[in-house]
Amino acid sequence: MIDPMDFLLWTKGPAFEWAIAIFALGVLARLLEIFIIGRRPNYAEPRAGEWGPGLRTVFTRSIADSGTFQRAPFNVVVGWIWHIGFLIALLLFIPHVELIKSLLGFAWPGLPNPIVDLVTAVTLVALVATLVHRLTHPVKKRISTFEDYLVWAITFLVVLSGYLAYHRVINPYPLALGLHILSAEIFLIVLPFTKLIHIFTAVIARWYNGASFGRRGVTS
Amino acid sequence: MSELTLDRGLAALRAEIDGPVAAFFSSCVHCGICATACPFYVETGDPKYTPILKVEPLRRVWKSEFTLLGRLLSTLGLTQKVTDEMLAEWEELVYDSCTMCGRCSLVCPVGNDIQAMVRKTREGMVASGHAPEGLIAASVRAVQTGSPMGLQWKTLQVQIEHVKSSTGLEVPVDKPGVDYLAMLSSMEVINFPEYLEAITKIFHQAGVTWTLSTECFEATNAGIQIGNKDVAALLVQRVVDAAIKLGVKKVISPECGHAFTAIRWEGPNLIGKPYPFEVVHIIELLDELRASGRIKTEGKETDRLSMHDPCNLARKSGVIDQQRNLINLVAENFVDLKEHGKFQWCCGAGGGVSSNERAEPLKITAFKRKKAQIEEVSPERIVTMCATCRTQLEEGLEEFNMDIPVVGLTEMIADHLVEKA
Repeated sequence: MIDPMDFLLWTKGPAFEWAIAIFALGVLARLLEIFIIGRRPNYAEPRAGEWGPGLRTVFTRSIADSGTFQRAPFNVVVGWIWHIGFLIALLLFIPHVELIKSLLGFAWPGLPNPIVDLVTAVTLVALVATLVHRLTHPVKKRISTFEDYLVWAITFLVVLSGYLAYHRVINPYPLALGLHILSAEIFLIVLPFTKLIHIFTAVIARWYNGASFGRRGVTS
Repeated sequence: MSELTLDRGLAALRAEIDGPVAAFFSSCVHCGICATACPFYVETGDPKYTPILKVEPLRRVWKSEFTLLGRLLSTLGLTQKVTDEMLAEWEELVYDSCTMCGRCSLVCPVGNDIQAMVRKTREGMVASGHAPEGLIAASVRAVQTGSPMGLQWKTLQVQIEHVKSSTGLEVPVDKPGVDYLAMLSSMEVINFPEYLEAITKIFHQAGVTWTLSTECFEATNAGIQIGNKDVAALLVQRVVDAAIKLGVKKVISPECGHAFTAIRWEGPNLIGKPYPFEVVHIIELLDELRASGRIKTEGKETDRLSMHDPCNLARKSGVIDQQRNLINLVAENFVDLKEHGKFQWCCGAGGGVSSNERAEPLKITAFKRKKAQIEEVSPERIVTMCATCRTQLEEGLEEFNMDIPVVGLTEMIADHLVEKA
């Protein structure tokens, strides 16, 4: 049996370094995959430039149009809830802020623990709801692959293990914290090679979309 | 034409993959929101019509050949392959159940331009021999006769004579040095000859110098619909040659949606260089004439009118305000459909669906979305500006026993012209 403290130190040391390295190189490779293909020149006389409309769509596509909201309210509302919840827990939980500060040399104020705790609980419930939706909605069922469920499980485990560690449900604490850190590392390692890469590439996809519609005179 | 094979199909798909495609497939999270934007899914409830699923052949080629992980996995034989059986199954998804209306591209949360990828996927379908008979026949007729419906100049000549006798105006033919070359669509010539009469009257009043060309009058492009660049480029080149020969400044795309996409947006890229002339849609031109006071109208339609925006014109080309400016010029009781302009719903017939006889039942099913939109505002007539949309609206409304006539906007404007003294 590995000593829990040794396990924690391993997750904070070598495992963390490997995870960051694979994450960084993987993301770089995925971005290169996109940019080295590039685009053919477009000879059609544009109605507008590409940069402005492209950047606009990067932001505006976060908000669903009212028709889509009415036809897919679950997707829109629950999607927003868990994405924001995940980001709050990731970026505003004080121990995370401390970690960011130690890595980057700067950080920002965190939120009080009880608030992050509540947000995390809501996020977990929302994530479970997305799984149920994926398993039951005809469209999601039809288009889902093994990867969708794998990515869901990893994302859920990151949040759940953090929640359990905070509430001291798993003992000893070094084991609980080590499991949380390890799950976050698995998240980082699979990110570049799964749909989690959308965290980066959706910005590019939205830009291309906005640019393509924009040059034809449509705000997309 | 050389033999159509899976290898050629795969090569065609490979050639279509670019940075945007890589960004789109990388970003898809399988949320399924695109389905809610698709009239074929919305009206059938069948998840196989989910837009992103329609481009699965393209995705598989991208994944196995354009990603590091995919290349590694495919050397181990672990990636999903595109097979002839798969493409045969996908033919219905790529053609029968997609009008390339682009609504999915506007709602995808990660910004995937799915419509553009369907257009690309069709290139692979054609090259591998998996395109619908109806579209192949239309393409062959377009290449051989100049018209996807096999229409010949002599038929148009008859129309021209009719216009001359009913208006007393000349319809200029092969007149060099004028400002505009007017293009037509065969469907317009056959089903809606009033269009030619309308532009003849309007241009006469506005003092627009224009001409038709005996060498090329067809604006539509079966190559764009079926998804074959060679055919599409050949058809565009005919328009370009006619315009250059006559020395016109601008080419007018008729009341047809995809013809505008073909000539305006895809054309220069198909022939690999910019045009020495401009391309305008008739509705853009009419609105310019309105704005500069060159069209003078009198009287207004008094019944309740609504409007169907052709996808290619509105969502895919940004012509949205122009048709509203024009209708407000001649109608006092105009009401927009709730979702209109860039968020309008497709009529269900574009993108080659109407040339694909096999897709007829699906085409009418998809129309139910438009029908529901129309019922929401209960207009007495519908105005549109695309011959394919207009035909589909007429057939669809007839199918559901809805007594709502469909009118072309250009002819409505022509009906209100102040007679020149």
